[in-house]
Amino acid sequence: MKKNESHEEFIKGLWRDNPVFVQVLGMCPMLAVTNSAINAIAMGMATFFVLVGSSFLVSTFRHLIPKQVRISCFIIIIATFVTIADYTLLALVPAVHKELGAFIPLIVANCLILGRQEAFASRYPTKLAVMDAMGMASGFLLALLSLGSIREILGDGALFGMNLFGEHFEPWVIMILPPGGFLTLGVILLFFNWFKLKKDEFLEDVAAAERGGN
Amino acid sequence: MDNLLWIFVGALLVNNFVLTYFLGLCPFLGVSNSLETSARLGLATTFVMLVTAVCAWVLNTYVLIHAPYLRLICFIVVIASTVQFIEMLIKKLSPALFRAMGIFLPLITTNCAILGLAIFATNRGYGFWEGIVYALGAGIGFTLALVLLAGLREESELSNIPKLIKGTAMNLIIAGILSMAFMGFAGLFSSA
Repeated sequence: MKKNESHEEFIKGLWRDNPVFVQVLGMCPMLAVTNSAINAIAMGMATFFVLVGSSFLVSTFRHLIPKQVRISCFIIIIATFVTIADYTLLALVPAVHKELGAFIPLIVANCLILGRQEAFASRYPTKLAVMDAMGMASGFLLALLSLGSIREILGDGALFGMNLFGEHFEPWVIMILPPGGFLTLGVILLFFNWFKLKKDEFLEDVAAAERGGN
Repeated sequence: MDNLLWIFVGALLVNNFVLTYFLGLCPFLGVSNSLETSARLGLATTFVMLVTAVCAWVLNTYVLIHAPYLRLICFIVVIASTVQFIEMLIKKLSPALFRAMGIFLPLITTNCAILGLAIFATNRGYGFWEGIVYALGAGIGFTLALVLLAGLREESELSNIPKLIKGTAMNLIIAGILSMAFMGFAGLFSSA
């Protein structure tokens, strides 16, 4: 029972409540760094670390943090983890760190992270909070990776720096420039809307058929 | 003087915070459904940006040279308390203005454009006046993008749009086209 429940918390972040495609949270880092798949992965991993770490701390100390100053406490906890992530990336992969630049510190202002602390971690036991954070962060990573891959393939004709189409491919440069980010995410959201509309229509049809049958 | 002018134009048009750096997208997509509220939010944000630029400069010059790893935590705490302080000040001095700004004032704390401004200004090593001009340009640029999108959205309310595309998807595609238009300003710098 207990295992099932935490499993459920993990899965919901991946698809049903996907932070980017369904809740439309965390857009700023999302669009800014997804011009290549490798940047997307670095950003996703950093966010994963920050989200899971701060969810763990917040939910462990949730009875000690006074209600009135909880937002400031969350922000300081998040900022601490972001600083750790920032310096770790600088030490391990300086090239990627340079490319992501100011967007690593800006993870602090990612509304997805603060939102999860306020809505979930500060109310539930540690184990569930960590599972929830891992699910949400994986969903975020998945979204970043799909956006980053699409933009790199179309805009550069490559994936993870490997050339895909050979010499004669004419890159669609706008896709790795800022407008491409807006357009790609817009089109992906369109696809999600279409999927939802179809599903609603299907459920209505089923309901109508049941009524007719009775 | 020339230098300051270019910083201003750069932050306002060429590297518009919303359309080129993707900062402050949450209010950009969230509250841009009416022209008036967007203009008001834009002005409030510009004001907070100015104050933040001054605070960031003071912190950078006097405190953070001794402890650079505390930069992020310092900035975020300063921004949060500045917004809180301004909120109390406006409430005391001008209740009418306070009511007009409403919920937007506290929400500015979580706007990544503000933190982004402080971090960018630090990374580029801007001095006091440069920082202020940069904040002014970024704030007005943010307001400009917000007002443009709000105008387009108000217009689109009246037209017949397929159900499929309504909502965030359409706003993102509009933003993409706006962003393409702003790319044209990039030519300003190469000719200078």
